[in-house]
Amino acid sequence: MSTEIKKTLIKGATLADGRVCDVLIEDGIVAAVAPSLSDTDAVNFDASSMILMSGLVDLHTHLREPGKEDSETVLSGSRAGVKGGYVALSAMANTSPVADTAGVVEQVYRLGKSAGLLDVFPIGAVTQGIEGKVLAEIGAMADSVARVRVFSDDGNCVSDPLVMRRALEYVKKFGGVIAQHAQEPSLTSGSQMNEGIVSATLGLKGWPAVAEEAIIARDVLLAEHVGSRLHICHLTTAGGVEIIRWAKARGINVTAEVTPHHLLLTDESARSYDPIFKVNPPLRTEADVMALRHGLADGTIDIVATDHAPHPGESKECEWQEAAFGMLGLEHALSIVAATMVETGLMDWAEVQNRMSIAPARIGGYGDHGRELAVGAPAHVTVINPKAPYRVDRDQLQSKSRNTPFHGMEFAARVVATFFHGEIVYQEGRGA
Amino acid sequence: MSSVLPAPDISRALSRIAHEICERNNGASQITLLGIPTRGAHLALRLAQLIEKIEGSSIQVGTLDTTLFRDDLRLKAPRALMPTSIPSLGIENRTVILVDDVLYSGRTIRAALDALGDIGRPSRVQLAVLIDRGHRELPIRADFVGKNIPTSISQSVKVLLSETDGVDDVLISDGSPS
Amino acid sequence: MKHLLSIADISRSDAIKILDTATELARVSDTPMKKLPTLRGRTIVNLFAEDSTRTRISFEAAAKRLSADVINFSAKGSSVSKGESLKDTAQTLQAMGADAVIIRHGASGAPARLAACEWMSGAVINAGDGTHEHPSQALLDAFTIRKHLSQGREDLQGLRVAIVGDVLHSRVARSNVLLLTKLGAHVTLVAPPTLLPVGVESWPVAVSYDFDEVLESVDAVMMLRVQQERMSELFFPNAREYSRYFGLNTERLNALHPGAIVMHPGPMNRGLEITADSADSARSVIVEQVTNGVSVRMAILYLLLAGDTSIEAGL
Repeated sequence: MSTEIKKTLIKGATLADGRVCDVLIEDGIVAAVAPSLSDTDAVNFDASSMILMSGLVDLHTHLREPGKEDSETVLSGSRAGVKGGYVALSAMANTSPVADTAGVVEQVYRLGKSAGLLDVFPIGAVTQGIEGKVLAEIGAMADSVARVRVFSDDGNCVSDPLVMRRALEYVKKFGGVIAQHAQEPSLTSGSQMNEGIVSATLGLKGWPAVAEEAIIARDVLLAEHVGSRLHICHLTTAGGVEIIRWAKARGINVTAEVTPHHLLLTDESARSYDPIFKVNPPLRTEADVMALRHGLADGTIDIVATDHAPHPGESKECEWQEAAFGMLGLEHALSIVAATMVETGLMDWAEVQNRMSIAPARIGGYGDHGRELAVGAPAHVTVINPKAPYRVDRDQLQSKSRNTPFHGMEFAARVVATFFHGEIVYQEGRGA
Repeated sequence: MSSVLPAPDISRALSRIAHEICERNNGASQITLLGIPTRGAHLALRLAQLIEKIEGSSIQVGTLDTTLFRDDLRLKAPRALMPTSIPSLGIENRTVILVDDVLYSGRTIRAALDALGDIGRPSRVQLAVLIDRGHRELPIRADFVGKNIPTSISQSVKVLLSETDGVDDVLISDGSPS
Repeated sequence: MKHLLSIADISRSDAIKILDTATELARVSDTPMKKLPTLRGRTIVNLFAEDSTRTRISFEAAAKRLSADVINFSAKGSSVSKGESLKDTAQTLQAMGADAVIIRHGASGAPARLAACEWMSGAVINAGDGTHEHPSQALLDAFTIRKHLSQGREDLQGLRVAIVGDVLHSRVARSNVLLLTKLGAHVTLVAPPTLLPVGVESWPVAVSYDFDEVLESVDAVMMLRVQQERMSELFFPNAREYSRYFGLNTERLNALHPGAIVMHPGPMNRGLEITADSADSARSVIVEQVTNGVSVRMAILYLLLAGDTSIEAGL
C-alpha cells in the first residue's frame, strides 16, 4: 500500500442482482453505483464479465493465534481470507490460551487490526477454558474493544443443558448469540468418522448423526423457552436441516451454517484412510449433502461458514486415528459454493451474496459489512470471475498450513480481487 | 513350426526309454519315477505304464514340482505352484528317475535335484527326457533321451501331449526375432 | 498384487491361488529340511505396533522357512508420539532395504497409509489393523474349512458358516465375511445387537441374535474373542449373560451336526465365549488353524515376493 489511491472506478461489473454497473469508490466508501459512470481522477478496474458483490463474511474461522502459530496466525489467516474474497473473519475461541477473557479477545482484535487486510471479529468462549462447566466472562468480552457478540465453545459442545440455558439467557443482555457446536460427547467418544456403511467397512469408530441432531433439537427448544438467539455451527445432517426447518416454522430465533466441504464431500472419501478428509463434524452421506444443498438454497440454512481449520503437516501425515480433525476452507469457499450451488442451478449469485455476506454480517452484528454496495457504505467488495477454471494446488496457498482436501480438484469460479475499505487487499496475479 | 517327432515316433521313443530304464537298473523294483509338471508328469505316467507291461509289476510314480527352487523366480511374474506327490515308498535309498519333456539349460534339473535333497536322500538319480535340445548352462546330462535335436537359441521347441494339448507332437519354430 | 491390505482387494481366483499354493507349501513342514531357498536374500520386517505373539511368530516361521531374513521391529513404544511414528518408521524401513513389511497396528488403515505413501517402496502385508481387517487370518480360516469340508472342491460353495461374537470390533469377522462369501459360502453373524455394526444390513450375510437357532444348520462355527473391556463399555451386562446366550458350551456343541467343525482365531477366553470342553473337543480345529497359518502365510509371502509383481500374470 505505497501510493494513496483515493478513487477507483470499477467498470462493467455484473452485480449480484444481475444489473451491469460501474461502481465508484472514493476514500474507502461506495460513492456511486450506476449503469455508466466516468471519473477522470479514478483508477479504472475492468470488471467486465465479473460478478461484484459485497465482501464475503466468515462467521467461523480458526486463526490459531495465540498458541498454535505453527499452523496459522491472524496475519496468514487474513491473507488466506482476502484471497478467498473475505473482508471479515470471526476468530473462534479455542486458542491457547482460550479466548475466554477480555484480554485475549482484545489481543486477537489488535492482531487483526495490525494485519490490516480485513476485519477480524473475535468470538468469545461460552465457558471458561471451553470446558463446558462455568460461564466465561461474557459481559467483559462484550464490553471490550473487541465488542464480542458471538460466543462459542466450538471445538467442544456446550453439552450440559443447564449451562446452555444460562448462556442463552445471559447474552440477552446485549443481544448476543450463542453458536453451538452440536455434538453429544458420550455418543461420540473416540469417534473418527460418520457412523454408517463406510465406517462399518473401514473399522473406524462411528460418529452418529443423532449425536448432532439430539443437541440441535434440545437447543432450539431451550432457545424458544428462554426467548434467546441460537446459531448452529457446521450443520451436517439431513435430520438437522429438518429440525431447523421445524424450529423456524415455529418462530424460534435460530440460524444455521454449513461449510463448503459439507456441501461437496461425503464419507466415501475416508475409504483411502487419508486423514486429509478427517473433520469434525465428519463428512456424511450423499443424502445428507443433497439435503444441505437444498437447505441452503431454500434459506433453512442461513449462511456458508468455512470452519477453516489449519493443521501442521505432522498432524495429517499419519494414521487416521492419530490425525487432527479439520480442513482448510477460506481460499476455496467461493469456488465450491459456485460449483455446488450456482452451477447446479440451486442458487443464483444474489443468493450467494446473501448466504456469504449479508446474512453472516447480520447474525454477527457486523454493521459495516453485508451492506450490498449501498452508497455511503464502506467499500468492502469481492470481485468474482465465474468462468476462470483452475486446479487447487496445496503448495500454492496463502495459509501457513496445507491441509486442504481439495488438492487436485478443478473449479470454474474464482475470486479475482478483494477490496477492503476501498483498497485492493487481494488481486490475482499480484503478490499479495 | 515344423514337426520333428510326430506321434508314432514319440511312442517308439518312450517304448525304447522304458526298456533302457529296465535294462540299466536290472528291473524296476528299486526305481521311483518323478515327473516334472506339467508335461514331464504325464510322460512319467506313460513310462510307468510301459514299464509295468514289461516287468509285470506296479511301478512307483509321482510328481516333483521345481518352482520353489528355481533360480530365475525374480525375473518373471509369480508362478503358481504345481503339485508335488511322492509315492508311498518314498525316495530314501531308491533310484529316482526324473522325467521331463525338454532338456535345455539344465537349470530345471538343478532345481529338481535341490528339491529332492529337501525330501530325502535317494541312492542315485537318473534323468529321462523326451527331447535334448543342447545349450547346457550347467554340467547336467540326461541318462535316457528320446531324441537329440540340435537347435539354435533363437528357435523354440514345443512338446505337445494328448493329455494337455489334445495331440502328440514335437514342434520347432524357426528363430524369428520377437 | 503388490500388497495384501484387505480381502476386498483380492479376486476369487487370487484367493483360490493362495489356498492352492498353501496346500503345496504345507508339504514342506513334512520334509526333514522344512526349508526352501525361495526367498533367500529378501529382507522381511515384522512391524508389530500391537502385541501379538501368535501372528508374529507365524509370519516369522513362514518367512524363515522360505529362507528370508527376518527383522522384528516393535514400534509399541514410539506409537505414543503422535504423528511421527508411522512416517519415521516407514522411512527407516526404506533405508534398511526392507522388501516387505508385515504390519500389525492398532489403527485401522495404517497398512493402507503405509502402502500409499511415498516413504517406502516394499510390499505391505496387513497382519491386522485396528478393527478393519486381518486378511491372513481369513485365508487360513478358509483354508481350514476347505480342507475339512469342501470335499475336493476348490472353493466353499454351499457351505454354511456362523461367525459368533463381537463382530463390531472384530477385524477377523470383517475379513472372513468378505472372503467366505467370495468363495461361495453362506455366512450368518450371531451376536447381541450392541455388538453388530450399524450398516451390517448392507453386508452379504444373514444376521441372528439367536445362537441356538443357527447352530443346527451350520457346517462350521467360528467363535470370536470377546474382550473383558466391552463390559465396562456397556455392550452387554456381564460375562454370565454373554456366555449364557452366545457362549459355545457342551450343549451347543452337541447340537451341531456330526461333520461340523469349531474354530477360533485365538487367543481364547476359555469360559467366556467358549468352554474348555468345546475348545478341546474332537470337532475343534483350533490347533490346526495355527499350523495352517504358517502354510498360508508362506503362500502369501511367496506370491508377493518371489516373482516380479510388476509383471501381470493374474496375481
